[in-house]
Amino acid sequence: MGKHYLPNTGPQRRQILQAIGVGAVEDLFSYIPEKLRFSGLLNLPDPIAEPQLVDHMEELAGKNNVEAVNFLGGGIYDHYVPAAIDHVLSRSEFYTAYTPYQPEVSQGTLQAIFEYQSMLCQLTGAAAANASLYDGATTVAEAALLALNATKGRRLLVAGSMHPSYRQVLATYLEDFGAEIEELPLEGGKLKAEAIAPRLGNDVAALIVQSPNFFGIIEDLPALGKLMAAEKGLFVVATDPIALGILEAPGALGADVITGEGQSLGINQSFGGPLLGFMGVADKLVRKMPGRVVGQTADAKGRRGFVLTLQTREQHIRREKATSNICSNQALCALAASVYMSLMGPQGLREVAAQSLAKAAFAREQMTAVPGVELPFAGPFFKEFVLKLPQPAAKVIAAMADKGYYVGIDLGRFFPDMNDCLLMAVTEKRSKSEILGCAAALREVLA
Amino acid sequence: MKPLLPLIFERSVAGRTGYSLPPAEFPLEGIEQLLPQDQVRQKLPLLPEVSEGDVIRHYINLSLLNHNIDRGFYPLGSCTMKYNPKVNEDVSRLPGFARLHPLVPEENAQGALELIYRLEQYLAEISGMDAVSLQSVAGAHGEFTGLKIILAYHKARGDFRRQTILVPDSAHGTNPASAAMVGMKVVQVASDANGCVSLEDLRAKTDDTVAALMLTNPNTLGLFDVNIGAIADIVHAAGGLLYYDGANANAILGKVRPGDTGFDVVHLNLHKTFSTPHGGGGPGSGPVGVKSQLAPYLPVPRVVQGGEGYSLDYDYPQSIGKIHSFYGNFAVNIRAYAYIRMLGAEGLKAVSEDAVLNANYIQARLKDAYHLEYDRLCMHEFVLSAKRQLAKGVKTLDIAKRLLDFGLHPPTVYFPLIIEEAMMIEPTETEGMETLDYFIEAMLQIAREAEENPEIVLGAPHTTPISRLDEVGAARNPVLKWQP
Repeated sequence: MGKHYLPNTGPQRRQILQAIGVGAVEDLFSYIPEKLRFSGLLNLPDPIAEPQLVDHMEELAGKNNVEAVNFLGGGIYDHYVPAAIDHVLSRSEFYTAYTPYQPEVSQGTLQAIFEYQSMLCQLTGAAAANASLYDGATTVAEAALLALNATKGRRLLVAGSMHPSYRQVLATYLEDFGAEIEELPLEGGKLKAEAIAPRLGNDVAALIVQSPNFFGIIEDLPALGKLMAAEKGLFVVATDPIALGILEAPGALGADVITGEGQSLGINQSFGGPLLGFMGVADKLVRKMPGRVVGQTADAKGRRGFVLTLQTREQHIRREKATSNICSNQALCALAASVYMSLMGPQGLREVAAQSLAKAAFAREQMTAVPGVELPFAGPFFKEFVLKLPQPAAKVIAAMADKGYYVGIDLGRFFPDMNDCLLMAVTEKRSKSEILGCAAALREVLA
Repeated sequence: MKPLLPLIFERSVAGRTGYSLPPAEFPLEGIEQLLPQDQVRQKLPLLPEVSEGDVIRHYINLSLLNHNIDRGFYPLGSCTMKYNPKVNEDVSRLPGFARLHPLVPEENAQGALELIYRLEQYLAEISGMDAVSLQSVAGAHGEFTGLKIILAYHKARGDFRRQTILVPDSAHGTNPASAAMVGMKVVQVASDANGCVSLEDLRAKTDDTVAALMLTNPNTLGLFDVNIGAIADIVHAAGGLLYYDGANANAILGKVRPGDTGFDVVHLNLHKTFSTPHGGGGPGSGPVGVKSQLAPYLPVPRVVQGGEGYSLDYDYPQSIGKIHSFYGNFAVNIRAYAYIRMLGAEGLKAVSEDAVLNANYIQARLKDAYHLEYDRLCMHEFVLSAKRQLAKGVKTLDIAKRLLDFGLHPPTVYFPLIIEEAMMIEPTETEGMETLDYFIEAMLQIAREAEENPEIVLGAPHTTPISRLDEVGAARNPVLKWQP
């Protein structure tokens, strides 16, 4: 089984052995000390043929419920993924290629990445963008490392309204780094610029915020940007790229580093991976940015071409002095995002954002009309909001799932004092009738 | 400059659209009033304005400029460019996987959790480890995770002196870079005359400040380090741990297990050894396996099996914490799971046997035409040097470019750093003898050309869509984006 991936036949193997000058395949492994060799057979399930594999995988996939109406967010959103995207991703020329080390036979990948970088700069207002990092969480951590490297500061001021998983990953990354992470307190689910001012100083490497934040609330980026304008520390903003169809580009509001999770840009939810960490930076930080970067150049005949560039930042050249250890990135996910942004264009992206906002506003109104349901936070939001329930959220969520609705995320998972709160997200895919159905179901569950 | 193909921005026609969205159902005019007025976007991003057909044609035309494994041989050393089975692509896209949100109630994700749980077990068995986490999404991410685990282990034992990571001079660049990312000092260990770790140098550099030695075995020369037993003893005796870089694991499936040879932590590259596609640079997957004494430090959440099925367990107080937003590159892991299920134990062993067989065949047939620094049986890859050709002015880079004219992707070049004019060749098991012969004949012809007609090699490539590009100029005056 699985031997159909191995083209050499018995006679060919014998011919090869003869050319090498050994008697048996086993002789090729003779450098492995006898006593260290694995002599038995690995304890794995018996091999299965392709039709059985398909049955088995369908069975496993069938144990996951993807039929419920999806109001889940928290970094991963059920935006529509246009059919054209997977047709591009399914091209062997893209998905079975390696990192474009040989530009003469990799112009497809290289130009696509260059276009991705360009679109991301348009969207975020960054001066330059890299070819992708792993995901939203690790990209925030890389931004923190960039800030520690680019400034003399050791303190990182991190919004308490940043995705809790991102903050956990940041803590893991920074633990052995001698940097200090200070969590900024919240008021009404968002930061207060006045409360940050006294904490600033030359020892601050970065102010790191997320907007729209984990609770869906739009932070006061213009005020924070003004606050940071005179500071040595960097202003790092993690954002939702869909929101930028309708919200001002963070680069235009003073952000030095713009990062975030790009899954919304045409990438499947896939139980949380693969995702797309994106990063754009201000001009002064280009040579300190982590990750691969593609640049434009020309060949001897004057033809435009693209190459991996600024490689002296990278691990294969600089080893322990590199700006990051990243090698494999999320190139195919960046390609998906490029195709998505091309299909949407400026108008389409604006409409996705506007529809998500309008439908979220309607949903918020409908849910809070259910007796006992309250809004703990006021203030402008984008496509996600918190609901306070008269019962434990976990219980409500389970009952709603039985009725065919993934109503939201249990915030007790992240904040012990919020176990009666849930986070609800609404994308352009949700219809009025789905929202009304969800509100009716919530009414029954809470009755 | 003459464009090879227009940028998608250059195809843009004002007013053209390529999207189809659901009905709005609510008035969108004035919706900005819900937003903070000083944050309403005034100027829309200048994204391309193109139709769906324009988009497809653009990307298909771009794709045709790429070499890829489905088109032809791709013997990039240490990258394991093997065939990517098509059924794995199909099953990874099943709606029950592709549309699954990571934060659904656990009872609604039992199939996904079961797959993660089982794959972790399979990888533990294959690597000889006791516990595995699939959370790291790339090889370098796995290295970072593994080193964090090692540091956490030392610290939990009250041992705070260990600030050094030993790395052989033949190591991948990610090894020292990962060590630096966890705040460690990197000390390089020399190779001996056989291309293996110098025991003498290792002894000299191993003391009670060493947290771990990172080792790729077989190493980047494609050689199995015969002294692995002694290496493990030296490092362990000083209280350090042994880290296995799984970049070259395609050589050892079912033949030798890192866990049986003294390694305490491993990472595996599923995008190399377990056939998941490279995607033009990613996404990959770099699971980490550990011996039982290190299991408490693995990242959370762990997937556990209980009476009511599978669940996510965060209750590991000694864990290094989270290293990814969710549970790793799940859709990549699906493909690796499918691969292991189809091959089974016998199939995986046959994979490594054919990978090693193919590499030795090419080595045997090319070692008279090119310099071979370490002339012995190799594992799944080997390293030639063009230093003989250099006498005629032909460098490794020129040979690499000339191979493009044969429709072949060049080997990994100028790595490992300890070999002058290196060409690292890894054919993998999914190539048949006639493909290997074609590559061998091309390499032999290039060796003859280097002798008789070096200009043809120096001017290569002659047949690619574009010729050699000005990389120095690109780095000196970076143009990193399209400008309107």
